Amino acid sequence: MINPLVDAAHDFPILNRSMHGHRLVWLDSAATSQKPEPVVEAMDRFYHESNANVLRSVHTLADEATTAFHGARFKAARFIQADRPEEVIFTRGTTESLNMVARGYGDLVVKTDDEIVLSPMEHHSNLIPWQQLAKRTGAKLRYVELSPDGVIRPEALAAVIGPRTRIVALSRISNVLGTINPIAEAAEMVHKHGGIMVVDGAQSVPHESTDVHQLGADFLAFSGHKMCGPTGIGVLYGRMDLLETMEPVMYGGEMISYVDQETATWAEVPQKFEGGTPNIAGAIGLGAAIDYLAGVGMDAIHEHSRALGELAFDTLKSLEGVSVYGPARPHAAAVAFNIDGVHPHDVAQVFDSLGVAIRAGHHCAQPLMHWLGVGSTARASFYLYNSQDDVAVLKQAILETKRFFQR
Amino acid sequence: MNLDELYRETILDHNQTPRNRRELENPTKTVGLLNPTCGDQIKLDLQLDHGKVTDVGFTGDGCSISMASASMMTEAIKGKSIEEALDLARHFKAFLTGTPSPVELGDLEALQGVSQFPSRVKCATLAHNALEKALMESEPTDR
Repeated sequence: MINPLVDAAHDFPILNRSMHGHRLVWLDSAATSQKPEPVVEAMDRFYHESNANVLRSVHTLADEATTAFHGARFKAARFIQADRPEEVIFTRGTTESLNMVARGYGDLVVKTDDEIVLSPMEHHSNLIPWQQLAKRTGAKLRYVELSPDGVIRPEALAAVIGPRTRIVALSRISNVLGTINPIAEAAEMVHKHGGIMVVDGAQSVPHESTDVHQLGADFLAFSGHKMCGPTGIGVLYGRMDLLETMEPVMYGGEMISYVDQETATWAEVPQKFEGGTPNIAGAIGLGAAIDYLAGVGMDAIHEHSRALGELAFDTLKSLEGVSVYGPARPHAAAVAFNIDGVHPHDVAQVFDSLGVAIRAGHHCAQPLMHWLGVGSTARASFYLYNSQDDVAVLKQAILETKRFFQR
Repeated sequence: MNLDELYRETILDHNQTPRNRRELENPTKTVGLLNPTCGDQIKLDLQLDHGKVTDVGFTGDGCSISMASASMMTEAIKGKSIEEALDLARHFKAFLTGTPSPVELGDLEALQGVSQFPSRVKCATLAHNALEKALMESEPTDR
């Protein structure tokens, strides 16, 4: 029996909502997770008791806010085993983090005929920044081949990573296929050729314990809102020596050292990348989310997510007239599927009427939809508040949907 | 929530057996439209002659609401003047946000329930947006 890892009803009041006369079953955590009380309370407390701008003023509230903001950076760094808190740059989320690397670092090192290696399963946020970088620099995009069940094999990596590879950019976990990608192997290959490894951790950092050294990640991007934190806050981790050379892409207050009428010099890392007033409450909320997840235990969360992902995969696979995508084992917490003859949007509509929230569409991964040969899919995704019962509800909802449209 | 309000029999029927779902041999005007948020797509072929829509066909991929709406629309505009067809598209879109239509909408009336599902309005309007675009872009000589 797979039970929720937390007291879901207590920690996540939103899950007590009734939806169209049913218990709300939240199977859309890959889009955004729900937020536990300690996160909401931490942000609430900040605004009620300590609100001030950070890094600027000498009054007590500014000190409190700055200490809390630094504390969040420290927690985020420890959460991914970064050597130093300064290697954590706060951004709006994964998308901004990846754009920042492509602009600030990519433009510095990528030249004409260099190669950038991607996979067909990348989210648009780990695809379009590289397409644009390739356009600006005359570099080439190369795509690693996927096995028929949507897995990246080391041989396929070896076939595309070579002496011209400057950057390999891969998601650790696919937001559609639930594939867990061999990042460490890719990193080892690209490092041999003097390139760097960029990891999209949007779906992995919430679900497994992350060690940037074990991954071999030179850059790692992730979002707060998929890991029990608020929206509008995320992280770009970068190796310090790379961050020191990387150019800022956002100019303004607090990112400078010296300014005169014609020129400016930059502040130290990470401030040089954080122009303007940061999302202070968001960072504090992310810090509280990290505490919450660490309290549950990332290894336990990983086991739980995989168990539910694999149970859902097997359950859906056994249903007639249902296609399930991605590998059987291991399968992460996101499970994409289609019901024969029923468009995913109609699937999601019937699910909603049953209180079950899933995602339908191309999941910001149109090239992957082309690879799968479908226009779109439905997707159920799980997190620490879900249980085996929710997989049973998912199955029932599919049967109900088939009945509704195949009458 | 009553799903039957959204998915009326007429809609399911048009979805299962779409009318005019084909490409025209030599269309006067062809327009393709994408709904980027959900990936729905439609290609609309129009045969225009002396200011009239003499034939129409559509192909595409999308949810039952968007495909049924396209099918119903093709039935409603065949034989109509370009002005009447444009009127229909505009009144239908207003109808989806709750404004009664002064023109006969035919089977399209069945999509009334969509107005209660704001996230699905863009599905129902895709074909009509394609029609408007096609007619607005058509050459004056076709009109």
